[in-house]
Amino acid sequence: MEKELLALIEKNAKRDIKDLAAILQESEFSVWSTLTELEKNKVINGYHTIINWDKANVDRVTAVIDVTCQPERDFGYDRIASMIYAYPEVDTMYLMSGKTEFSVVVEGRTMQDISNFVGSKLAVVEGVTGTSTNFILKQYKKNGVIFADTDEEEDDRIQVSI
Amino acid sequence: MYRDLLNKTVVEIKPSGIRRFFDLANTKKGVLSLGVGEPDFATPWNVCESAIYSIKAKHTHYTANAGLLSLRTELSHYLRKRYDLHYSPNKEMIITVGGSEAIDIALRAIINSGDEVIILEPAYVAYEPAVRLAGGVPVFIELKAENQFKLTKEELLEKITDKTKAIIINFPSNPTGGIMNKEDYEPLIPIIKEHRLIVISDEIYAELNYSSKHCSPAVFPEIRDLVVLISGFSKAFAMTGWRLGYLCANSIFVEQMLKIHQYIIMSAPTAAQYGAIEGLRNGQKYVDEMIVQYKQRRNLLVSRLNEIGLPTHMPEGAFYVFPCIKHTGLTSLEFCERLLEEQNVACVPGSAFGNAGEGYIRISYAYSIDEIKMALAKIEIFMEQFKKAN
Repeated sequence: MEKELLALIEKNAKRDIKDLAAILQESEFSVWSTLTELEKNKVINGYHTIINWDKANVDRVTAVIDVTCQPERDFGYDRIASMIYAYPEVDTMYLMSGKTEFSVVVEGRTMQDISNFVGSKLAVVEGVTGTSTNFILKQYKKNGVIFADTDEEEDDRIQVSI
Repeated sequence: MYRDLLNKTVVEIKPSGIRRFFDLANTKKGVLSLGVGEPDFATPWNVCESAIYSIKAKHTHYTANAGLLSLRTELSHYLRKRYDLHYSPNKEMIITVGGSEAIDIALRAIINSGDEVIILEPAYVAYEPAVRLAGGVPVFIELKAENQFKLTKEELLEKITDKTKAIIINFPSNPTGGIMNKEDYEPLIPIIKEHRLIVISDEIYAELNYSSKHCSPAVFPEIRDLVVLISGFSKAFAMTGWRLGYLCANSIFVEQMLKIHQYIIMSAPTAAQYGAIEGLRNGQKYVDEMIVQYKQRRNLLVSRLNEIGLPTHMPEGAFYVFPCIKHTGLTSLEFCERLLEEQNVACVPGSAFGNAGEGYIRISYAYSIDEIKMALAKIEIFMEQFKKAN
């Protein structure tokens, strides 16, 4: 049930334990203890909310920054990565195949914020050899959720049919 | 005034007794419905895109009468891989306008006036009129809740006469959600073979089987050529509006059924056929995801209905549950009318599916979990108020 439970709460972390138990045909205790175990083992690392900040009228800028670097003997990429992801401005970070080594998602209030961060913090990390900053202009879809401007699609089925 | 000019059989087909309820439920505002008989999922996008591309590429003409050979070939692979069924794409398949057309042409091709056709109740509402329109005489077997609405050997034997031509079966079933496994079919096979009964097997919900792999009666070699397998893309691929189904049978049957299809329909919609090819080739992962979600909803629904005090057995297929409401003392129509009136929740009275459905209501779980939860909360209030008042 672990996998199915994870798939369920990945899509909706707000489901209560009673519903999860009914959906999975397990006891509430068993769902609760499995969740606790998954949290303890860091399989579950947090419960976040998918927010369309544009609609909330909050100024936020996100950039995806391609970072190149020189790997280090004994550490490879991991030590340099740890120097970057330690900054709270870094939301998400990946080691990539392809032209650049890291892909770093940085959030800030303004473009200036992000430029300052890249110039004064990220680009100067020892081992980093270059950065290329790509600002996100519009978000269409995040974590499987479409941020449509239109109203929610209506159920166009006839209400009762055989 | 002009009724006398019309065909008697058509005029005599009874309008459904619950038409009024349906009209009300479909026009009332703000209804929370658990009454639909079609998936809530949109057709997978790759299927839509392929159909759109086929139009752009100007594939806008008739196809072969039996359907695009590439679709039939793909279907033949799919049936072999998924259900261990072996049908030749050239001679044993017709692509139809929904499963509904397949039911119609199958019945018209086999029935001589006065032939009896056995229908299992509770039954999908189209079977009886389809049999009558083809000149047949429907004979009903009332399936029992205590048998999980499966057909037993004794029930079948009791209704066979020297006029019995065929039996229509529909597993997984609308409206009960009941299924038949290989073991359930085994005792029936010698009877079907002995009496040379044609089995019209409507397997439109085959993909939606939650406990085991779907078993078609056509897998039994002894009766394979007596089976007319009917299915379609509506339920499995969430393609109800595309109107695309199919029929598989032995080549002698298909040759005659194809005559009706070619003169009445010509060929099924071309764009829909191109979409279906993509669905069969690359759609299974989307179908599998829908199955997971249906199963989760079913589990939630059955657990809650039993808690609320509406005894509901766990159905193994389709997307319906069939709670028993006999203890309320209401008929299924009264129950649904009151639920609609008092809580604005729409379900389908079991009596819509024949006498054997009386005492039950059909609840569909082709809805999101949140919608189901909201409707359940209202059903709970309804039941509490009902208990207080009685």
